[in-house]
Amino acid sequence: MTLLECKNISKKYGEKEILKNINLSLPSDKIIGLLGKNGAGKSTLIKLINDLLTPTEGEITVKGKPIGVESKRSIAYLPERTYLDKRMTVQAVLTYFSDFYDNFDRQKAEKLLAALDLDPKERLLKMSKGMQEKVQLVLVMSRKADMYILDEPLGGVDPATRDYILNTILSNFAQGASVLISTHLISDVERILDEVIFIDKGQVVLQESADELRTREGGSVDEIFRRMFRC
Amino acid sequence: MDFVFDNNIPIYIQLVEQLKTYIVSGALAAGERLPSVRELAMMTKVNPNTVQKALGELENLGLIYTERTNGKFVSCDSEKIYALRLEYAKNISAEYLAGMKKLGFSAEQAVIYLEDLGGEDFDTSGM
Repeated sequence: MTLLECKNISKKYGEKEILKNINLSLPSDKIIGLLGKNGAGKSTLIKLINDLLTPTEGEITVKGKPIGVESKRSIAYLPERTYLDKRMTVQAVLTYFSDFYDNFDRQKAEKLLAALDLDPKERLLKMSKGMQEKVQLVLVMSRKADMYILDEPLGGVDPATRDYILNTILSNFAQGASVLISTHLISDVERILDEVIFIDKGQVVLQESADELRTREGGSVDEIFRRMFRC
Repeated sequence: MDFVFDNNIPIYIQLVEQLKTYIVSGALAAGERLPSVRELAMMTKVNPNTVQKALGELENLGLIYTERTNGKFVSCDSEKIYALRLEYAKNISAEYLAGMKKLGFSAEQAVIYLEDLGGEDFDTSGM
């Protein structure tokens, strides 16, 4: 079943074309990697899907309907940079999420946070960057969503934290939901991906099953990516 | 059970191979219930769909079967598992002999070498 569809999406800032005629169809029940170099247009595409930017041309639909309030309910989005007020305590953030999202499972979030040995009264700004990333991931993954969109969830954290993040993604996405992970740290995530999308200079250059790509091209997704986009 | 993967080879093929080895060795015993897809995904840190695909392959090979509602089980056909075990043993032995041949050992010498695990008794005078 198609969960999300981008039809002829373009995004321009003045003369500068960030995304050029993107056509994408994302199925349900898959973990999909959105892979591209810095500046390829990954975050712009993700912001368009989350209705935070308006496309210059084209249309995006989620479950057959144009994006809007409904799609914000069905998509759980982890932005690259946090929108949370870092003076908030963990407890306050949980209440904030409960208020905002009717599909937020507070108990689940509390359980996952307890496993992190966190004091609920601790303020976000007192935590390490890795811990802040974990807390935000827990919040996002505790929503019962149709699609999870994670923008660079592994950026700037140590390998042990990366493992925690990947495990949390694997064990917590809702049954039948899809996960879209944007990253340039391909070798760290490729094992959990069903499908990969390569994006370069604002265009989708490939969308394929990860195992089929490995078989066809020979080598890891990381290697194939490096070969295709050598600078 | 430990799982190690090489990103260069399709993950599901590696998962099939590793699960086969666990079945053949008896680490997953005949008739034993397999962990659920989600549990296996967690254990192996691979995508649940990939786990599903690998289990489908093992089912096609007749090494596991599904009991609706109850989950997946290792086949009780111990003859089949034993036959597969012999096949694996044959492949590994052939590899060993081929490797030893490259080093200039005859098949007989390779067997003798293996018998005393390269101990001091090994007679190299005939080489």
